[in-house]
Amino acid sequence: MAMVEIRDARKVFDGGFEALRGASLDIEEGEILALLGPNGAGKTTLISAICGITQPTSGTIAVGGHDVVKDYRAARNLVGLVPQEVNLEPFEKVWKTVRFSRGLFGRKPDDALLERILRKLSLWEKRGATIKSLSGGMKRRVLIAKALAHDPRVLFLDEPTAGVDVELRRDMWDTVAELKREGVTIILTTHYIEEAEALADRVAVINRGQILLVEDKDALMARMGRKTLRIELDEPVAEIPAGLSDYGLRLEDDGRVLVYDYDTSAERTGIARLMGALAAEGIVVRDVATSQNSLEDIFVGLVHDGQEEEGVA
Amino acid sequence: MNWAAVAAIYRFEMSRFFRTLLQSFISPVISTSLYFVVFGGAIGSRIDQVEGVSYGAFIVPGLVMLTVIMQAISNASFGIYFPKFIGTIYELLSAPINFLEIVMGYVGAAATKALFIGVVILVTSSFFVDLTIQHPLAMVAFLLLTCVSFALLGFIIGIWAGNFEQLQLVPLLVVTPLVFLGGSFYSIEMLPEVWQTITLFNPVLYLISGFRWAFFGLSDVPVGWSLAAIALFTSLCLTAIWWIFRTGWRIRS
Ligand SMILES: Nc1ncnc2c1ncn2[C@@H]1O[C@H](COP(=O)(O)OP(=O)(O)OP(=O)(O)O)[C@@H](O)[C@H]1O
Ligand SMILES: [Mg+2]
Repeated sequence: MAMVEIRDARKVFDGGFEALRGASLDIEEGEILALLGPNGAGKTTLISAICGITQPTSGTIAVGGHDVVKDYRAARNLVGLVPQEVNLEPFEKVWKTVRFSRGLFGRKPDDALLERILRKLSLWEKRGATIKSLSGGMKRRVLIAKALAHDPRVLFLDEPTAGVDVELRRDMWDTVAELKREGVTIILTTHYIEEAEALADRVAVINRGQILLVEDKDALMARMGRKTLRIELDEPVAEIPAGLSDYGLRLEDDGRVLVYDYDTSAERTGIARLMGALAAEGIVVRDVATSQNSLEDIFVGLVHDGQEEEGVA
Repeated sequence: MNWAAVAAIYRFEMSRFFRTLLQSFISPVISTSLYFVVFGGAIGSRIDQVEGVSYGAFIVPGLVMLTVIMQAISNASFGIYFPKFIGTIYELLSAPINFLEIVMGYVGAAATKALFIGVVILVTSSFFVDLTIQHPLAMVAFLLLTCVSFALLGFIIGIWAGNFEQLQLVPLLVVTPLVFLGGSFYSIEMLPEVWQTITLFNPVLYLISGFRWAFFGLSDVPVGWSLAAIALFTSLCLTAIWWIFRTGWRIRS
C-alpha cells in the first residue's frame, strides 16, 4: 500500500475552472517525491486536496490507507503541510505559534521536541521574537517548524525554498534529507530543478491538472537524458557541409564549433559515424566535449510537448 | 473529541485578549459610567421609576445585554475572520479537528471575553445604583446563553464576511437596532400598541426581558418564551455553522 494514493482526483473551482483533471499518483512510504510543473499546473491544488484545504470534486485520496474525506482525522494526523504562501500571524511569538500547531493536532505538549525542531531549523535563538520581526527566510522556516510540530509521517513542502538564499537552501536540503532518514515521506514542489535533482527519489510532472509522468529520477535522466557533443574545428566553416546534413548539426561560434545532440539510450549514438564523415569531408577536429542535459531540459521538453499535443487536438 | 485542539484554540484566542487586558477592562468601565451619567442622571431624573424599579437600576440589564451582545459578536467574528484574512486558516482546515471543535475553541473564547466584560459592567453599575438580583442563577444562565449564542452569530458573520467593512456591517445595521429597539432602556409597555406588537418579532426583546426578570422579577414577555427564544436562536446558529463546515462555504475554496 502506498503512503499516499490519489485516484482520478478532479477539482472544479466555483468559477467552473478545472484545476485537477483526473490526477492519479502513488507516493511510497519514505520516499522524496518532487512534484514539478509550471505555474498554474495544479500542484498547490493537488496538495490542498490531500491536506483538507479544498474538497476534491471527485476521485479518492487516501493517506496511510485512510480516506482524506471520510476518515479525515486519521489521515490528517499523519500529514504536515508547509504552504506556498507565508501565512503567519504577525504579532505572535515564534515559540507560541509552534506550540499552538502541536496542540491543534491534539498532541500533548512536548517542549523538548519543539526545541529540537527549532534548533534544527536555526530558529531557537528567535523563539521569543514576534513573527513580523523575522526575515522572509526565517518565516518560511517557522512554517516548517509548525508543520513538524506534531511529528508528521508525511510532509508536504510547497515551494519551501522560494525566496531563500543559497546557503539556507542547502541547510533546508540537509533538513529534508534528515527527515527522510527518519522515515518521513516527503512531497516537494519546486521551480528549482536542481533541487529536485539533488533531493528527489522520484519525479512527478504535472501540467494542466494531469500527472504527465512519474518516474525514478535516475532512470528518468538516463532514459530521456540527451547529451550534447561540441566539436571544435581547426578551421571555421561557412556552412554545414552537404555530406553531414543527416546529423542535425548546428553551427556555433562563427563556424568554429559544430554541435551534435544525441540520445544516450539510443541503439547507436552515431558519434563514430559522424567522426568518420568529418574526416571524409576533410574537416580537422581540434577538440571535443560532451555535456549531459539536466532534468530541467527534460522537464521543459515534456511540458512543451504536452502543450503542442493539446494545440493540435 | 479532540479536546487538546479545543484547548489550544481557546488558549491562543484568550492570549490575544490578555495582551490587551487593560483596554478590555477600562473601556466598558468608562462607557458604563457614561450611560449612567446620561441615562441615569439626565433622563432618570425625569422618569424616576419604571414598574416600581428606579430607572437607573432598570437600565442595568439592558446595558449589560447591549454590551455583551456587541462584544460576543465582534470578538467571535474577528476571531475567525482574522485567520481567514491572513491565511492562517489553512492550519485549522488541515488539522484533525471537526467543526464543533473549531467552534468550541473560537466561540468559547469569544463568549468568555464577552462574559468578562458583562461582569465588569455589572460591578461598575453597582457603584451607581442599588442592585438586587432576585434570581441569581437565572441571571447567570441568561448571561452565559447570550454570550454563547451571539458569539455563534459572530462566528457566522466572520466566516461570511469578505472584507473588514462587511465585518462591521451586520453588527451595525442589524444588531444595534435590534438591541436598542429590544427594550434595553425602556419597558415595551411604554410604547404605542402597534410598536409593542412589532417589537414582539425582535428576538433580542426576549433575551433582555428574561434577563431583566432575573433581576427584578418583572418581564415584558413570559420567562419561558425567553428561554425558548434563546434556545431556538442558538440551535439555528449551530445548524448554520454545521452546514458551513459541511459544504465548505466561504472557507474551503
Ligand atoms: N480558489 C480558486 N478559484 C479558482 N481558480 C483557482 C483557485 N485556486 C487556484 N485556481 C486555479 O487553478 C490552477 C492551478 O493552481 P495551483 O495553485 O494549483 O497551481 P500551482 O501548480 O501550484 O502553480 P504555482 O507554481 O504558480 O504555485 C490555476 O490556474 C489557478 O488559477
Ligand atoms: Mg503552487
